[in-house]
Amino acid sequence: MKTKMKKFVCMALVVVMAMACLVGCGSSAPASEGGSQAASADTIKIGWLGPLTGGVAQYGEAVKSGVDLYVEQLNAAGGINGKQVELVVYDEEGDSTKAVTGYNSLMDDGVVAVVGSVTTAPTVAVVTEAFADNTPMITASATAIDVTYNADQDTVYTNMFRSCFIDSFQGVTMARFAKEEMGAATAAVLYDNGDTYSTGVYEYFVNQCAELGVEVVATESYASGSVDFSGQLTNIAAADPDVLFLPVYYNDVALIASQAADAGITATMLGVDGWSSVLDSVSDPALVEGAYYCSGYSVEDTRELVVNFLADYAAKYDGKVSNMFGAQGYDAAWILCNAIAAAEESGAEYGSDEYKQAVIDAMAATDSEFVTGHVSFDDHNDPQKTAAIIQITDGAESFWGNF
Amino acid sequence: MIVLQQLINGLQLGSVYALIALGYSMVYGIILLLNFAHGDIIMVGGYIALLIISAGISPLVAVVASVAGCIVLACLIEKAAYTPLRSAPRISLLITAIGVSYFLENVAQLILGADPRVFPNTAVIPSVTYNVGGLNISLTTIVTLAVAVVSMAALTLLVQKTKMGKAMRAVSEDMGAAQMMGININRTITFTFAVGAALAGIGAILYCCRYPQVKPTTGYLLGLKAFVAAVLGGIGSIPGAMLGGLAIGVAEVVVTALGYSTWTDAVVFAILIVVLLVKPTGFMGASMNEKV
Repeated sequence: MKTKMKKFVCMALVVVMAMACLVGCGSSAPASEGGSQAASADTIKIGWLGPLTGGVAQYGEAVKSGVDLYVEQLNAAGGINGKQVELVVYDEEGDSTKAVTGYNSLMDDGVVAVVGSVTTAPTVAVVTEAFADNTPMITASATAIDVTYNADQDTVYTNMFRSCFIDSFQGVTMARFAKEEMGAATAAVLYDNGDTYSTGVYEYFVNQCAELGVEVVATESYASGSVDFSGQLTNIAAADPDVLFLPVYYNDVALIASQAADAGITATMLGVDGWSSVLDSVSDPALVEGAYYCSGYSVEDTRELVVNFLADYAAKYDGKVSNMFGAQGYDAAWILCNAIAAAEESGAEYGSDEYKQAVIDAMAATDSEFVTGHVSFDDHNDPQKTAAIIQITDGAESFWGNF
Repeated sequence: MIVLQQLINGLQLGSVYALIALGYSMVYGIILLLNFAHGDIIMVGGYIALLIISAGISPLVAVVASVAGCIVLACLIEKAAYTPLRSAPRISLLITAIGVSYFLENVAQLILGADPRVFPNTAVIPSVTYNVGGLNISLTTIVTLAVAVVSMAALTLLVQKTKMGKAMRAVSEDMGAAQMMGININRTITFTFAVGAALAGIGAILYCCRYPQVKPTTGYLLGLKAFVAAVLGGIGSIPGAMLGGLAIGVAEVVVTALGYSTWTDAVVFAILIVVLLVKPTGFMGASMNEKV
């Protein structure tokens, strides 16, 4: 009797669980099926992948706010080729494994392209899968080189693009700026030897200087956490450069600037986006007076595009000012949707392999003005874009222009 | 010329180390305690000055308050943490000192946050640089060197010429005998801590004027380096601490100037190891007869 009872209970459980499974499938399957059928008729589905919870959620939310704004505006203006754009959102919590799951889930939902992810590690995790599927993808904020390029296999992920500039790009930009805008003949560099961001930017700066014929007269470094730079700065002062490039974060800039003045350095200081809000950390704004640094975008940019973007963003989000991530998210969606419009025009069947290839080709051919500057892509799919140059004048950060 | 300029850099850094090393050396000389909380007293001194100047009060008041604050704090630490352990094994005292160090760092972090605060250094010493025969000498450098020299001279006078100084030397020589001669040991030890802390307070101001940032861990590495300076000079010896501090400062800048900037800390601590292995008494330390 007892065993029979047990058997019954087991069977009942199995049946119930099987039912639950079926119900589970049943509830999701028609939705996605119906979705893709509907999509082929009058909507275009785009996936959004990024963190909306977890430690890096603030970046994910900022990027998504920009993407949402663009999609809303696009749909209000009639969408693409008469079709409305539908954004399918997946929260990957900043986790690489969840990002891959999320990507697969988005593909199951029938998206034709993905905007994502937000931070570097999950993006790199997803890109290998997306590369195999040849899914068009664009990230608004992952800056590492390996997002679009696999150095081990010397392979460029041809399907992957980004709207942010990569770290090394800043080194190149500031070297060009020194040569072309400031007419510098000599440069010196002081960088943080223990920080990959700093050393990476430094290398590209020096290489670009060599290419442009700017002589690097002093190259000095320090260990992370150092406070005394007098030795390095005395060497730099003796070399008397036209510009002093400091690819370091704002806290170190504050210490270096103060000691540079003591060492009698008169060179114009050049910085990178790690300098943002540097004026909050220097003891006297006069120490960095006249310095320039590059940034992803500036809210003081007076181009109509930026003014309109900021006004629309403020209108949608209770008067908030978009940060760099919001603007880059907006641009990522914009670049992708332009490419989808081109694919629609090509006449390829929605969602087919030719369609995806058409989107990728169109993205690679991007060459126009966006909120964060003029964007075109190089053969690594890294944007060749203008950077916003911020100058410190009269103790305040002011927008110099796009370069 | 550049060599001379680097030497000045080294002397400036070294004179701050020297002021702090004095506090280490004096306390060690009198109760054989390596007071690892000494570096953190500098951090507290820096914060006191920073908060007072930020509140818009005269920098002079800030300097006095900072030195006074350091003295009060050091005496409190001595009474609360070290006095009850005076007859305990030396190792207990050493561990307590490390505990006090962590305590101060974490309390500072709790109250003031971990982010570095900007020290308004130009309010204390204006940012002026003089060009003397091709050498760039800032007002901060001149003030640092001058204050360090005056402080050390005053300390030497205090120890050699006053009654309290005599008591300090006596307690340092032999605590038991000094007590029998009628010297108030508790008062003398507290006084020694106070003098060391006053020097640390002065060092804190000079340090923050040169490196205008204060954070809860400011005193950590600074204290360790000053400790190395004290050992190099001969722990327990006052002129030794001065020499050791200057030597460490110059050594750091020389290593940096030669292009090995990432090695500066390694060189400083390598000096510590070499000194302890080869000549544990340092430049000027008296040899100790199994007193430890």
